[in-house]
Amino acid sequence: MSDEPLVLGIETSCDETGVGIVRGHTLLADAIASSVEQHARFGGVVPEVASRAHLEAIVPTMQRALDDAGVTLADIDAIAVTSGPGLAGALLVGVAAAKGYALAAEKPLYGVNHLAAHVAVDTLEHGPLPEPAIAMLVSGGHSSLLLVDDLAHGVTPLGATIDDAAGEAFDKVARLLGLGFPGGPVIDRRAREGDPAAIAFPRGLSAPKDQAAHRFDFSFSGLKTAVARWVEARERDGEPVPVADVSASFQEAVCDVLTAKAIDACRTNGVQTLVIGGGVAANSRLRVLAEQRAEKHGIRVRVPRPALCTDNGAMVAALGSRLVAAGVAPSRLDLPADSAMSLTTVSVTE
Amino acid sequence: MLVLALDTATPASTAALVEVTADGLSGIAERRTVDPRAHGEKLAPEIAAALAETGVRPSDLGAIVAGLGPGPFTGLRVGLATAASMAHALGIPTYGVCSLDALGRAAGPGRVLVATDARRREVYFATYLDGVRVGGPEVAKPAEVTGEFDRVAGEGGLKYGDLFGVPVEEHLLYPPGAALVALAAERIREAAPSEPLTPLYLRRPDAVEPTGRKTVLT
Ligand SMILES: [Zn+2]
Repeated sequence: MSDEPLVLGIETSCDETGVGIVRGHTLLADAIASSVEQHARFGGVVPEVASRAHLEAIVPTMQRALDDAGVTLADIDAIAVTSGPGLAGALLVGVAAAKGYALAAEKPLYGVNHLAAHVAVDTLEHGPLPEPAIAMLVSGGHSSLLLVDDLAHGVTPLGATIDDAAGEAFDKVARLLGLGFPGGPVIDRRAREGDPAAIAFPRGLSAPKDQAAHRFDFSFSGLKTAVARWVEARERDGEPVPVADVSASFQEAVCDVLTAKAIDACRTNGVQTLVIGGGVAANSRLRVLAEQRAEKHGIRVRVPRPALCTDNGAMVAALGSRLVAAGVAPSRLDLPADSAMSLTTVSVTE
Repeated sequence: MLVLALDTATPASTAALVEVTADGLSGIAERRTVDPRAHGEKLAPEIAAALAETGVRPSDLGAIVAGLGPGPFTGLRVGLATAASMAHALGIPTYGVCSLDALGRAAGPGRVLVATDARRREVYFATYLDGVRVGGPEVAKPAEVTGEFDRVAGEGGLKYGDLFGVPVEEHLLYPPGAALVALAAERIREAAPSEPLTPLYLRRPDAVEPTGRKTVLT
């Protein structure tokens, strides 16, 4: 037990300041500070506001994680940090802090890919990941399908959104229904009282003609516009907007496309494991629909609990732990923050 | 006591080691990279190099002094996040100083304007009399800078020298490490409580609240 690496992870790619500590696959601490309330009145994350909040939160969040885990920095074997992709200024605060901790405590530093970390976090809940696996990452910032051959060394991107991220669509639809920000949880809640078949909203990139070029890509911009048109037409006619039915029908359109493409990716690649991560993975309908469809094809769905699906430090620590165990070389102190880091880079080595 | 000084409020990433004694200061090492977009990459290697070339271990440090700006936000935060995290790891205090004051102090006697580049065709500036700040810090267009001065220090002076109409101290463009530490020397000697490193932003975040939704029906 104690010969497993004790790894600390720092996450600041968006609006959550997270510090997690794991030993092997065991989660010891997952401290988080969120600036989400400061962004609410802007209807989306304001990068400068997020960056300022990270700087204020990083040291207290680190202390809380160390206290929760009952360890000191001297006990830590390695420090991992999200070095991309994400908001450039926000990433930079976490990377600078990680370097400061690594330098002062004389520990190896791993700059890691945020998306790969979303996949790795599932190992804290369900143990080692059978590979190859398909990972679907859906949040306010990303919507991707990946083939995970070997999480420590590389993943293969299969597809991604060509416009809005899935979570972004939830935020935009929530705003036009007057439900506030962030949109995911409130639409999930309102949808439970609504009829998912009430309104036939479009399924982006799901037509036969999209198979060739966009089989595993997503598009949510047309869906968002369709919802807006539908709602405005009702308002113009002086009719009440059935918020529950719109929520349920919109959510169904998103979850239908996501799960259909994820299962297709599993079957096409002969893969039996589907991991779902990112904030939208907390959506209750997505979980149910994915299970239902996967079962028919003997595919096992792994979804970490909601607190681990959203951005956090534990996911970064989980990936760091995997990298240390695999003997991957650490990053250098000139590690850059890379807001557009490619999915093919799991960690930055020289 | 060995003190590490960090400043990223200008295009320079500066890391300096300074020995603070009961009656003086002596600079031991100073390393600097000038690149307005590279603080995140350059600062930590400069710290590591300053430590390595002097044989100092991080655990030998007794305090960290950081320039709080004003300066372009993204770069400024790199220095402060690094200073705060190192000090946290080492269990030593941090002291913040105004980055412009380091230039003002280093400029010595007389009436001096310190101006650094604030981007958007503006400067961060403050005015000094015999090394002590008498006006600012503020952010303004170079033509709107006010105060009495006979020379200008800081890279804003170089960039907008014609507008200020006074000689430029070309050897004093970036906050010197020894001057940063000198500004905190009394606090260091008195073992004053550690201070939160709050940036001198001087500008609010650019963010606009949405004003109702746009129609998609045309
Ligand atoms: Zn994420």
